Amino acid sequence: MSGRTLYDKLFDSHVVRTEDDGSSLLYIDRHLVHEVTSPQAFEGLKLAGRQPWRRQSMVAMPDHNTPTTSGFLNAAMIADPVSRTQVETLDANAREHALTYFRIGDMRRGIVHVVGPEQGATLPGMTVVCGDSHTSTHGAFAALAFGIGTSEVEHVMATQCLPQKKSKSMLVRCDGRLPSGVTAKDLVLAIIGKIGTAGGTGYAIEFGGEAVRSLSMEGRMTICNMAIEAGARAGMIAYDEITEAYVKGRAFAPKAEQWDAAIKYWRTLKSEDNATFDHTVVINANELIPYVTWGTSPEMVLPVDGRVPDPDREKDSTKREGISRALQYMGLTPNTLLAEIKIDKVFIGSCTNSRIEDLRAAANVVRGRRRAENVKLAMVVPGSGLVKEQAEREGLDKIFLAAGFEWREPGCSMCLAMNDDRLEPGERCASTSNRNFEGRQGAGGRTHLVSPAMAAAAGIAGHFVDVRKLA
Amino acid sequence: MDKFVVLTGLVAPLDRANVDTDAIIPKQFLKSIKRSGYGPNCFDEWRYLDVGQPGMDNSRRPLNTQFVLNESRYQGATILLARQNFGCGSSREHAPWALLQNGFRAIIAPSFGDIFYSNSLNNGLVVIRLDESKMDRLFADCAAFPGFQLTIDLEAQQVRAPDGSYAFAFEIAAGRRERIMNGWDDISLTLKHSDQIRAFEQRHFAAQPWLAN
Ligand code: SF4
Repeated sequence: MSGRTLYDKLFDSHVVRTEDDGSSLLYIDRHLVHEVTSPQAFEGLKLAGRQPWRRQSMVAMPDHNTPTTSGFLNAAMIADPVSRTQVETLDANAREHALTYFRIGDMRRGIVHVVGPEQGATLPGMTVVCGDSHTSTHGAFAALAFGIGTSEVEHVMATQCLPQKKSKSMLVRCDGRLPSGVTAKDLVLAIIGKIGTAGGTGYAIEFGGEAVRSLSMEGRMTICNMAIEAGARAGMIAYDEITEAYVKGRAFAPKAEQWDAAIKYWRTLKSEDNATFDHTVVINANELIPYVTWGTSPEMVLPVDGRVPDPDREKDSTKREGISRALQYMGLTPNTLLAEIKIDKVFIGSCTNSRIEDLRAAANVVRGRRRAENVKLAMVVPGSGLVKEQAEREGLDKIFLAAGFEWREPGCSMCLAMNDDRLEPGERCASTSNRNFEGRQGAGGRTHLVSPAMAAAAGIAGHFVDVRKLA
Repeated sequence: MDKFVVLTGLVAPLDRANVDTDAIIPKQFLKSIKRSGYGPNCFDEWRYLDVGQPGMDNSRRPLNTQFVLNESRYQGATILLARQNFGCGSSREHAPWALLQNGFRAIIAPSFGDIFYSNSLNNGLVVIRLDESKMDRLFADCAAFPGFQLTIDLEAQQVRAPDGSYAFAFEIAAGRRERIMNGWDDISLTLKHSDQIRAFEQRHFAAQPWLAN
């Protein structure tokens, strides 16, 4: 008999009951909540006269609509009335149900997927859900973490459970080591380029192999964060000493004897050697160089030494039209060298790349250099108040400011432009976020996804450039 | 949730792959704390020539006549044909809300974003997977015959041509199907198992006491 995968272990240990059609009722340990996808769920709960099943499982904070300019002490100070109402609604719901809540003005507040792990609210072995597709991030902790819709948010609030069908399993094995200057972001972009944005649909992906094992937790979170961009609802990575070192001492992490008991269990959270997967993909990390997306889907990605594709060379007609449409939207000419594409803005932030390590990598590139003339705005948005504080302790803010980059307050910011940070029509941005969809960063805006070091390098050069060759 | 058993309706084609949830309903409309009012902003950036904002009078905005769903022959469509990976991207349930409120009751595509798929079924928007060759047939017929209709029979799990010339079978989880056909409330169904949930919780917290903190 073949051994069990990490996914098997996580899924099976949370099954409350199994239905006739093979689906399961899955118990949810941690429910993260933000302001955009929760109001209708809280309202539904109230209309049905229900109470949260286990309010201690919930950790809430506003992040999508929050301003990133300084001086905001509370929701009432948000200028846009619709954004303000949404944040105030979460304030009120959190108060009514006495939730653990990081409001505007609280140092611990930030992007929900940065804060959960930072607080130790995300722990190995847990099921973690949030009304947000990038909940896959938390899988980096050997947790089963996936995004849900608002009906499901309400369902989890009311029952602590979700009806779920087990997915198929995929192993993405990343052999070798990433060359220096090539990061977790480049690796995950390479993976998506290889399997496509629908490649992981119906699967839970485990990322493994030497290249993943040697990554920090920050890098692992970047990889799992973008599992959803490969079509997989959940991505995960086995537990090891790197996970353990990260979790230890965090606010919500177990202490004393509970810690000892926990690590004993957590150390079993990996796929057995003889486990079989429904599908395996192998990536050779040794060969990778930095990646840049050129189109309007994360799978439209190439190494930075490549050229914009030529639709005329694509035989498949649906793909050819897709390329043409993307190039038209992106304002790009076929066969242009990626390194010749000039940018207007830089965005360093988002739940993919706004952790301390990301900011350090970007700061290392801009240190002692200046933002290029043609770059109108380069903004750095830390993932949480605590990341911001840490970065300031290390003097990173000064490095950015000296280079002409802006240093902002934490939040989702221009990742999806629900607050005031956005691209104007036609503007081109080097962005460390996760989605380059049409209009994602502002109507008509053109997004190129890159690593923090690559975004910083583009901000200095004024166009894309292999960060390892930056003059 | 409205019940859905059999539907015969006008079909509209959206012949592009990877239609993401940002395209289905752009983020500025996600600021609403309501569950309704999203219909006119479904596919907003493709539907209109200007940039949509919440609170605009959509009936006065300039329509993009190039966008297929604006063509007069597709007005009143209840079934949408789409391509691979429809609804990829974010978890926003506003996407199925917008589609439903725009009049669609069913979407047929080769594949869907996973979260979009369950969000849709949770709202009674019937999402049906058919392989590419069958999709090609449907797209071709939809283009060839103005007023082209299809029948979706959830009970029989079939998509049928109006003249009975073909019937394509589709798969859907039995539990899901039953819930949609009866318009049942998912939460009430789960709460019937409250005792089992409590018993699980006790075992779970006994084994991993740190989870109970
Ligand atoms: S940073 Fe971007 S992707 Fe992450 S939760 Fe916020 S909006 Fe979503």
